[in-house]
Amino acid sequence: KGKKTLFQHLVFLEGSVFTVAVASSDQHSPITAHSGSHKATDHGSHNNTGKAFPVLDLNYENVRVPFEISLWVLLASLMKLGFHLVPHLSNIVPESCLLIVVGLLVGGIIRGTGETVPPVLDSKLFFYILLPPIILDAGYFLPIRPFMENLGTILIFAVVGTLWNAFFVGGLLYGVCQIGTESSSILSRIGLLQCLLFGSIISAVDPVAVLAVFEEIHINELLHILVFGESLLNDAVTVVLYHLFEEFSGIGSVTLLKGFLGVISFFVVALGGVLVGVLYGILAAFTSRFTSHTRVIEPLFVFLYSYMAYLSAEIFHLSGIMALIACGAVMRPYVEANISHKSHTTIKYFLKMWSSVSETLIFIFLGVATVAGPHDWNWTFVTVTVILCLVARVIGVVGLTFIINKFRIVKLTTKDQFIIAYGGLRGAIAFSLGFLLNKEHFPEREIFLTAIITVIFFTVFVQGMTIKPLVELLAVKKKQEAKRSINEEIHTQFLDHLLTGIEDICGHYGHHHWKDKLNRFNKKYVKKCLIAGERSKEPQLIAFYHKMEMKQAIQLVESGGGIKMPSAVPSTVSMQNIQPRPSTKPAPERAIPQLSKNKEEEIRKILRTNLQRTRQRLRSYNRHTLVADPYEDGLSDLFLKKQKMFQIEKKMNTYLTVPAPPPDSPTMCRARLASDPQAYSIKPASNKVPMIQVDLASPQSPDSVNLLDEFGQANQQEEEEQGLMMKPPSRPREAKKPSEEDEAKDQQRLMRCLSDPGPSADEDEDGAFLP
Amino acid sequence: MGSSSSSRNKIPNAQELMRQTGFSSAHLLRLHDRFESLDRDNRGYLSPDDFEALGGLAMNPIGGRIIEAFFSSGIPWTFPPLSGFWLISVQLTETETKKEHSKSSPAAGPGSSNLYDLDRDGKISREELLQVLRAMLGLQVTEEQLQSIAERAIQEADLDKDDAISFDEFKKSLEKMDIDTKMSVSFLK
Repeated sequence: KGKKTLFQHLVFLEGSVFTVAVASSDQHSPITAHSGSHKATDHGSHNNTGKAFPVLDLNYENVRVPFEISLWVLLASLMKLGFHLVPHLSNIVPESCLLIVVGLLVGGIIRGTGETVPPVLDSKLFFYILLPPIILDAGYFLPIRPFMENLGTILIFAVVGTLWNAFFVGGLLYGVCQIGTESSSILSRIGLLQCLLFGSIISAVDPVAVLAVFEEIHINELLHILVFGESLLNDAVTVVLYHLFEEFSGIGSVTLLKGFLGVISFFVVALGGVLVGVLYGILAAFTSRFTSHTRVIEPLFVFLYSYMAYLSAEIFHLSGIMALIACGAVMRPYVEANISHKSHTTIKYFLKMWSSVSETLIFIFLGVATVAGPHDWNWTFVTVTVILCLVARVIGVVGLTFIINKFRIVKLTTKDQFIIAYGGLRGAIAFSLGFLLNKEHFPEREIFLTAIITVIFFTVFVQGMTIKPLVELLAVKKKQEAKRSINEEIHTQFLDHLLTGIEDICGHYGHHHWKDKLNRFNKKYVKKCLIAGERSKEPQLIAFYHKMEMKQAIQLVESGGGIKMPSAVPSTVSMQNIQPRPSTKPAPERAIPQLSKNKEEEIRKILRTNLQRTRQRLRSYNRHTLVADPYEDGLSDLFLKKQKMFQIEKKMNTYLTVPAPPPDSPTMCRARLASDPQAYSIKPASNKVPMIQVDLASPQSPDSVNLLDEFGQANQQEEEEQGLMMKPPSRPREAKKPSEEDEAKDQQRLMRCLSDPGPSADEDEDGAFLP
Repeated sequence: MGSSSSSRNKIPNAQELMRQTGFSSAHLLRLHDRFESLDRDNRGYLSPDDFEALGGLAMNPIGGRIIEAFFSSGIPWTFPPLSGFWLISVQLTETETKKEHSKSSPAAGPGSSNLYDLDRDGKISREELLQVLRAMLGLQVTEEQLQSIAERAIQEADLDKDDAISFDEFKKSLEKMDIDTKMSVSFLK
């Protein structure tokens, strides 16, 4: 514990030192005692007089901006680190709150040292640099299925809910300002349009805050997607309302035509944004089709196209957020089919990293801006705003749910409604929008800003902190573990077909019907264009199966760590390359640590002698009798590893040679007499005698003893056993029954594989794996 | 709809049906219309070829099975049973879930499991799974791939190692899927 606190102290000390450095470096004035710039100018002037060549020079000005940026990011990351080191803190207080507090502290320190606080939450910085990574991360990993299934609900909440909130808050605020205060006070001078503008700014649920809080409470998928989807889609509404009211306030008059245009512009903004996103998404997917030779820059395309989509939408005042979401969601299935495994990991981790840093920075800056920003605290305005926001949200959610439930199959319960209402957090977007307001048109800008910040603080702190215990208290359904099994996948597809069929019988063109049509269109035309090579014809189930097998193979290799361990797949080979060309086997690399030749020889000798001993002992047994317990003689480790390796190879074969049948035939079972690698190599298996086998590497249990009637089994078996070989797929079509020689050959090869050194130690071990 | 009361009279025992199935009169009307349009030769009851005439079902990979499932009980589908048809189709889907008020007993290999389990032995064997996969994936995949998938599916779900998936194992493997929310067909009022 002492070490931890010491580290925390260090971290905070570092942090504060950094911030002071940052703050003071902002100051340009030559009056400051800070050495940096001063010395530079000194040197500059002195150089003219022919002074000696400066061996050590200090020039801070050149690096100032990048240096400061790095300092801020470093501060953010260190803070994030620090929080998780403090025990229990992250359980009680959500990270967003802590970060805001840190921002406040930093702002306070900066102010305390007499410097002016830099206006860090500049709107441009926020909207163009800080926000896109978060939204892209959300859009790329958006769970499409639940999103689409609940799209109607989400849209209603986003559009109607936000409109309701905006007008309710704005309207009532105006009323309060007019009525509740004396005519000379500043409040009464706030016009209706300004109030409505304020209402529209404050009413939007913020995706950053929602993400930050909801991620920690692990709520069930439905609620998560509802609130989160709403926060994403309401951007269109916010953009339209904001521009609308800003226009109107500037001009000062509202006509019906303008109102009508406003409605139209909503559709343009929303649909236009989505269209731009889809276009860029398709472009990105198409580009990724050709990247098989330059795998290294694949992630870059994903990021670039998405960012361009965002910026392009912003050019036309369309909804950039919706463009970004559409782009990410559209390109993902195709891009993932095309890119390599490593690129996929890179994209995932880069997105997570950027969005995490962005989020941290946003909250810290929020804190700093609170300390910095010009404030105008007006008790009435602020309190009324907070109350109205809450009330509006609750009424909105309850009212809308009532209507929505009439159309939904799975109704939203009261608990659900409560969480949805409670999860309507406001965040930095509202602040930035307020910050963007023009001071001339809006003399009451400061009042607005103060109120916005108060609402943000209230929602993030109060609601953010209490939502977790409330979720526990109300026993809201939590998120299920996300591991998908192949059964679920099969069944989901089956269900889709079933329900489509029922809908057809019903004559009702519902949800499933259109989904089915879209899938058919996708399969027939779109996939052919956007996915490279053979994989365009691959049905989703197969792709899923491949993914799972690969994951498992990698897992097994990582956990196996045995004597001889070919690595599963070289990760730069995309799945595309594996499936249609089974003849190009990825060269198995060995994950064995590099030993010196002498040592290797030594080890081999030891193992060889041990194995020979075992063999001698077993030779006294008949192969028709029970094989000795393989864990005897202290070779348990050896055998365990062999068995694991066997499992891995079996699984790998199932994956790598996709055409290969599952290797669960009696040949394999017989071959798994791993305890006796060499003894029975060439002897043909007698088909008539039942045998008790110790099935070491069976998938079911390592030690199960199967009583097999070999002859019977061999007859039933249709599939041909491939053994450990990666053979071209034509082979299984041949002889139905395993021939004697094949068996023997299999066994021999198998023995070679299994016995690490064995008497045939001189052979190239790699040869055992390739035909 | 204009003459809703007179059209309700078209349907025999409308009140009775409404009570039994819980559908509203508008629903029943819609179903009845659909029934009439399906029953092209006006025999008063539906037969498999009526269903097969539906284009959508023809394209559906498991269309054949659905038709089979509906006609498996052998009763002629006149209208009153047709409204029961919906109940059964709802049951067909519901019985896979863990809903307590499901009407058929899980042990008997109820409705939807029958869509997988063609030989009605209460288990989904590897062969049956293969058939389902073949139907869904069609000609796009090789036989070996289907085998591997079926193998893996059975590996995952088969807890008692009898190389087939019984109904309970089936339920268990899908319990994470939150099926009740997915198993529903809504239709317009």
